[in-house]
Amino acid sequence: MSSAEVPQAPHDDDIPLYEARKEIYPQAVHGRFRTAKWIILCITLGVYYFLPFVRWYRGPNAPDQAVLIDLPNRRFYFFFIEIWPQELYYVTGLLVLAALILFLMNAVAGRVWCGYLCPQTVWTDLFYAVERMIEGDRRERMQKAERGRWDLERIAEKILKHTIWLMIAWWTGGAWVLYFADAPTLVHELVTFQAPVVAYVWIAILTFTTYSLAGWMREQVCLYMCPWPRIQAALTDEYALNVMYRYDRGEPRMSAKKAEAARKADESAGDCVDCFQCVAVCPTGVDIRNGSQLGCIQCGLCIDACDNVMAKLGRPGGLIAYDTDDNAERREHHEEPVYRIIRARTVIYTVLIALVGAVMLYAFTSRNNVGISALHDRNPLFVKLADGAIRNAYTIRVTNKSLDTRPFRLEVIGLKEPKFDVIGVPQTGATSTLLEVGPDQTRELRVLVTLPKALIRDEKADVSFRLTDIVDGSSAIVRDHFFAPEGDYHSQQDGHHGQ
Amino acid sequence: MAAHDTNKVDTVTGMSTTGHEWDGIQELNTPLPRWWLWLFYICIVWGIGYVIAYPAWPLVSSYTKGVLGYASRDQIETDMASLKVQRGDMVAKMESASLADIEKDPKMLEVARALGKAAFGTNCGPCHGQGAQGGPSYPNLNDDQWIWGGSLDQIYQTIQYGIRNENPESRQGPMPAFGKDGIIPKADIPIVAAYVVTLSGRKPEGNVDLAKGQKLFAENCASCHGDAGKGNPEVGAPNLTSNIWLYGGDEKTIIETVTNGRGGVMPVWAGRLEPATIKALAVYVHTLGGGQ
Repeated sequence: MSSAEVPQAPHDDDIPLYEARKEIYPQAVHGRFRTAKWIILCITLGVYYFLPFVRWYRGPNAPDQAVLIDLPNRRFYFFFIEIWPQELYYVTGLLVLAALILFLMNAVAGRVWCGYLCPQTVWTDLFYAVERMIEGDRRERMQKAERGRWDLERIAEKILKHTIWLMIAWWTGGAWVLYFADAPTLVHELVTFQAPVVAYVWIAILTFTTYSLAGWMREQVCLYMCPWPRIQAALTDEYALNVMYRYDRGEPRMSAKKAEAARKADESAGDCVDCFQCVAVCPTGVDIRNGSQLGCIQCGLCIDACDNVMAKLGRPGGLIAYDTDDNAERREHHEEPVYRIIRARTVIYTVLIALVGAVMLYAFTSRNNVGISALHDRNPLFVKLADGAIRNAYTIRVTNKSLDTRPFRLEVIGLKEPKFDVIGVPQTGATSTLLEVGPDQTRELRVLVTLPKALIRDEKADVSFRLTDIVDGSSAIVRDHFFAPEGDYHSQQDGHHGQ
Repeated sequence: MAAHDTNKVDTVTGMSTTGHEWDGIQELNTPLPRWWLWLFYICIVWGIGYVIAYPAWPLVSSYTKGVLGYASRDQIETDMASLKVQRGDMVAKMESASLADIEKDPKMLEVARALGKAAFGTNCGPCHGQGAQGGPSYPNLNDDQWIWGGSLDQIYQTIQYGIRNENPESRQGPMPAFGKDGIIPKADIPIVAAYVVTLSGRKPEGNVDLAKGQKLFAENCASCHGDAGKGNPEVGAPNLTSNIWLYGGDEKTIIETVTNGRGGVMPVWAGRLEPATIKALAVYVHTLGGGQ
């Protein structure tokens, strides 16, 4: 690096490219936001851990688990909804909705997701609670770490903590696999060591990720691994509510006594007493007084901490609060703060959410229990028979989404007097046939349509196949073509062609 | 690079800089966490372990095998073996069932058609085409005209033993070279060809003595193709009254056929394919549409 041109360069000019992790020891706190976080934690983890055990009776031919991803049979069950693989667009729709809702949350109140709902936040919160219970609060943990003495008590504490962490992590992985099989059966198989190997492997993987991400990585995930802090910085604006330190009220910082004296002397005094409680409780170790920043997940715990201090000092709460940058500036200019929830972006997001939701609802309510698809033979496109007739062959797949075996009528429409054959199914009508499809199944059929030479009107004619559910009368139609060899059909028919 | 003050602080962000400066642009100091560096080292260790455990280095005529002895070829064989086990019940059922029973049972029919389609693409498609559409001198198996018969049993027999090969069970009986071998005088061949054209309801080119053609046909061709030219699947004589021609139905091609004869061949498949696969192939071909 150093050369003759830069003689002043000292030999140790390079600073380290890597930094050691700054340990943080978040302190316990009580208050509105902490309570809200506990409630959300109980609800979200409760749903995650117990949902696989909820039953939902669908009939004798379908599983009775309310939420089930049935990979071997390619079905997804969600209470009264059953999704087939070709209907995966519902999931795409849900993902679009989820993204839009995330955007809307961000436009209204910043990183609500990060602070309250993100699995990383929720599990880390739970793991911190365990750590506090066993090793003590911030001060004790810091003292123990600083002392660095490994006496029996400390070893016991560590073993206990990691055991409980691993048990939570194991239960997390265990709950995950229950979404993919009948939960009570799988639990029984798991404890008797009869479950498929893949179940144990997934439990092991999720145990490892939960234990390492919530126990060891913690805020590092938010600071270095997660893309959302970077994305949300681009999505926010000056009207979005964010956890912020109201510097217009807090500055200049001074001790409570000095502030009191200053106020008596009618001098300017801030409410911030520089007690660092907001930093002590922060799960990512940031100082909110430096303003909005990437590390802040906006969980609101610093609001609780500061409010508690302000209450003790007899000053009004809300020195740290959900507020907007715009309002801080307005207060400095002695203007009334404004809260604008209805803005262009919130309106646009809401409209988009309503639109996507409406489209999905329409697609869902208008979906049919009957399905049909046709694939015309490509090679050969048509077959010339010995008597000159032309035959087209189709692979037709009929779908019965209802949960019982049903009779269906398959018919060919749009051609004049065609001969209609379904391989392996006894013929019941001239241009139609009755067939059965099992519950929640599809059936592939080879269908032959033959036209005598005299009835062929065109090299390419429209033909449709209609499948009708005999039980409830619902039907589905698929359009295709009937191909014939090149020929001068128009003049042969003397103008009869025309429909 | 001029300034090397490592304690320099950027006034806008309040962050320290690396001290590096290019034309007034300073680089903020945002070091990676050290665990990230450790991940990098772990990846290197993993990579070394992988090279030891798995096939990795190409050598001149082979490669390092790795201590685990993994080979993707083995994996395919394992997969194929497990597929065989999966299909076992159905294959056993098909082996013992009659061809007609396979077609009557919807489940067996579905499996047989799927199995037959795959086997057809690999073994039959090169001549008959992937869709069995055939081509000149290779019959279209979708239509309703069969040289050696289109019933399930006849198709099954043809697939098992083939046509005009060394196997004694195979279909025998070539079309003689009437012209080349001097059975029919060269001058008479266009006459008999013209008569053959009329069998399928068409008009021959030019003015030919059709009565003579009919006589020639009766003397030379009718023993196999029948008096009316309807053909005979027992000896593989095609129907000459229909719209379907294996080698071409124009007069010129018919003259060529009569002159030089025809003798298309098909290999034996019994012994080369599993018994159940041959059955599946027979069912597949029979259900293409033309089966009798």
